Amino acid sequence: MSEKRHAEAREPLVHLSKRASIAPPMAWAIRLIALVLGLVACGLVAFLLVDKLREHPERVGDFYYCFIRGAFGTSRKFWKFLRSLAVLLCIALALTPAFRMRFWNTGGEGQTLVGVLGAIAVDFYLGGKIPEWLLLLLMLAASLLSGAVWGVIPAIFKAKWNTNETLFTLMMNYVATYLVSYFLVIWIPNGSSSLSKLQNGKLPALGNDYLLIILIVLALTIGLHIYLNYTKHGYEISVVGESVRTAQYVGITVGKVIIRTMILSGMLCGLAGYLIAAGMDQTVTTESAGGQGFTAIMVSWLGKFNPLAMILTAGLIQVLHQGAAQISQDFDVSGAMPSMVVGIILFFIIGSEFFINYEIHFRGHGARAGKEAVK
Amino acid sequence: MEKQLALQMKGITKRFGSVLANDHVDLDVYRGEILAVLGENGCGKTTLMNMIAGIYYPDEGQVLIDGQEVVIRSPKDAFDHKIGMIHQHFKLVDLFTAAENIVLGVREQGAYNLKEVNTRVAGIAERYGFHLDPAKKVYDMSVSEKQTVEIIKVLYRGADILILDEPTAVLTPQEITRLFNVLRRMKEDGKSIIIITHKLNEVLEVSDRVAILRKGEHIATVNTAETDEAALTEMMVGKKVDLNIDRPEPMNPAVRLEVRDLSLKNAEGIQVLRNISFEVRSGEILGIAGIAGSGQRELLESIAGLQPLESGEIIFHNPKKDKPVTFFHKSLKRVKELAAQDAFHDVNLNGVSFRGMSNKAIRKWVESGGVLFREDEIMNLRNKTPLEIRELGVRLSFVPEDRLGMGLVGSMGITDNMMLRSYRKGHAGFLDRKKPQALAEEIIRELEVVTPGVSTPVRRLSGGNVQKVLVGREIAFTPKVLMAAYPVRGLDINSSYTIYHLLNRQKENGVAVIFVGEDLDVLLALCDRILVMNGGAVTGVVDARQATKEEIGLMMTRTSREGREEDR
Repeated sequence: MSEKRHAEAREPLVHLSKRASIAPPMAWAIRLIALVLGLVACGLVAFLLVDKLREHPERVGDFYYCFIRGAFGTSRKFWKFLRSLAVLLCIALALTPAFRMRFWNTGGEGQTLVGVLGAIAVDFYLGGKIPEWLLLLLMLAASLLSGAVWGVIPAIFKAKWNTNETLFTLMMNYVATYLVSYFLVIWIPNGSSSLSKLQNGKLPALGNDYLLIILIVLALTIGLHIYLNYTKHGYEISVVGESVRTAQYVGITVGKVIIRTMILSGMLCGLAGYLIAAGMDQTVTTESAGGQGFTAIMVSWLGKFNPLAMILTAGLIQVLHQGAAQISQDFDVSGAMPSMVVGIILFFIIGSEFFINYEIHFRGHGARAGKEAVK
Repeated sequence: MEKQLALQMKGITKRFGSVLANDHVDLDVYRGEILAVLGENGCGKTTLMNMIAGIYYPDEGQVLIDGQEVVIRSPKDAFDHKIGMIHQHFKLVDLFTAAENIVLGVREQGAYNLKEVNTRVAGIAERYGFHLDPAKKVYDMSVSEKQTVEIIKVLYRGADILILDEPTAVLTPQEITRLFNVLRRMKEDGKSIIIITHKLNEVLEVSDRVAILRKGEHIATVNTAETDEAALTEMMVGKKVDLNIDRPEPMNPAVRLEVRDLSLKNAEGIQVLRNISFEVRSGEILGIAGIAGSGQRELLESIAGLQPLESGEIIFHNPKKDKPVTFFHKSLKRVKELAAQDAFHDVNLNGVSFRGMSNKAIRKWVESGGVLFREDEIMNLRNKTPLEIRELGVRLSFVPEDRLGMGLVGSMGITDNMMLRSYRKGHAGFLDRKKPQALAEEIIRELEVVTPGVSTPVRRLSGGNVQKVLVGREIAFTPKVLMAAYPVRGLDINSSYTIYHLLNRQKENGVAVIFVGEDLDVLLALCDRILVMNGGAVTGVVDARQATKEEIGLMMTRTSREGREEDR
């Protein structure tokens, strides 16, 4: 009879259970293990794909050292690292109020891009005709306004007709890209393929070209931390995010909060666009935001929507990016390899969240694990 | 006739993380008996039964059927061993007919022949005394009919052991009697019936034996004939409990809230409230009885300003007679308007007129407390938002049915949940957490809330403690009207009595209390008057000191057919 076989195989080999809570050191240990495993997996893949590494296996140390050299190798690289971190963090900060409200703003890319476009448009038409300080202020206003408009359109639709914000904000990214293409056609003189760097509208250097942007974003991080945790607006955002019905029950006008928060979210994306336009590029392309609007979603999510924690997650992702760039330089690889390195490590880090939320029991160990937990 | 063992459980243990849901439970079930499994909410009754039904797998222990050890890993295994469970929340496809639901998932040889199924279903129904039309769609059915479908579904699959999880929770007294008759006929037919319940009178009425669980442990199994309510309660709770609910006499009742001709359509355009009129008086508890979904939730939400009314008035009588006028909820302009209507008098009962006075002088007079209301203030709350209602100075508290989805924010701590009602206070943009924290600490102390701290997310607290936090907050705002929807649902006996006590204390303070309940025994013992609803209409208001359960039960179903047909 199958009875006996049943009895032997009665407990599944592995089964999962959701953890009630996890001690923070344990959670960090799991994340660290994930990072290490990710790096190992990266090494294995690199060994298969990178000729130089296969021929010289002894250079494996160099391979991993790239991650440190990419971001911290020289003082210039370090400043660049901090500034890129700041811009990425700025977009992530912008998305965070919306995310806390469970408004999945996937339009950071487009909102940042129109921010760049707004600043460059002002620079293009008024540059040299008005004082530099006034130009910079007008560029800032244009960036904030463009970002806010881009953010508020999906919010109005969500508040009035409950449209899906994820799709809506995502589609707005494409509209932003084509809007930039349109203006480039108008602005670029015949024969040239891109808009050359504009002469005016450049943020003043504070010691060096990097520090001002870093300080602005640092102040923004602290400001947003306070806004989200210690103000009435921040409290309303949390209530709406947790339960729309609770919000209605206590008399919060949900639509108003959605619109107000998305104006803020779009505006801060616009600010990131301004930092890119006036602080770094002085020009605009369809790639000005460079995918950071999407990377920022991950920064915010990995940082658990906590502005201070996001400094770390933005830093981690930036280290990976610059490390990958260093690898492609040092090991003569091009194409998809650097992106793969970043992808593999992020896969492991995001995957670790599963093990933080769930516990795995193996056959025969379940009972013991339970007893230990009781103690 | 000698009793024959149908099912045995030996040393069944189940853990969820660190929680021990069942601790070495032994239980025997015989053929041809009704066994009641009795215990408070969260004692592990349902978990235990889910292990026989194949929903969970035990960590330790054995299950024996007819003396043979069996392994039940899925609901299908359970069916193979002729075990069927009727869950508390029905698992039916709304768009299918009764018969279609019954055959869903049954693997039989031969073609799918609905006619034959209908005949078989009708046969089963007749045998045990059910009334069921096999061709009726589930969405057309009442709760009791849906339950019938669930029971026939497991009988159709040949179940000999039937487990019913809280089968009476949603039924009227008459339907409960009918269900019990069916259960008795099944018992006579040799089937084993296990009913999970926490209602003592039902246990005594229908069961042959009672197994009592407490905190996951099997305390005892006793013959029903040899026990009584007090003994069962003591085993269930672990100590003697006074089951009497106090009912103080109302003191100086005065009309506090009037609902006139209120009608409401829901978002789908279906009429959910029809011409509802009633009044609530200060110092009394008005109970609202009715089958779940008869419009109780919508009625309370309408009063709280959460539903856009179709028609009707909600009149609040603010007890302001001879109380000083303040600028707390009124502008100077409004005060002047009211004075022009001769609404005020002074301390010597002379009329107040502001004619010829400067604004400054008026302010000074009012702020000195020398201007008093002549009569209670009458306010119409119709189509006011919750915020507007509060700004009018109407102290209306509402304990909604959905505690964590509406009354509280699950991920926030007690302090932040205290702020929900009051965070707007003050003009600064920043939150003041000092007062809410003091309030949180007071509620934890006064109501004996078990929590690791004021910032532990309330989601992690037990049902009883969550409810104490919510009721505590709503009472803290010294309401004039307190509405509570199913405030003891899912609570253990001690927490339930804490809540009854709190409501009684509010009543003694002159608050008009509205209590929506599902347990008619409790409604009859706690309330002064009971309003009965069915199909969104009021079918009667009775004096709770005189009325009987049967009377209310009839009102709960009265005109239900007519009500249904109007919708079509």
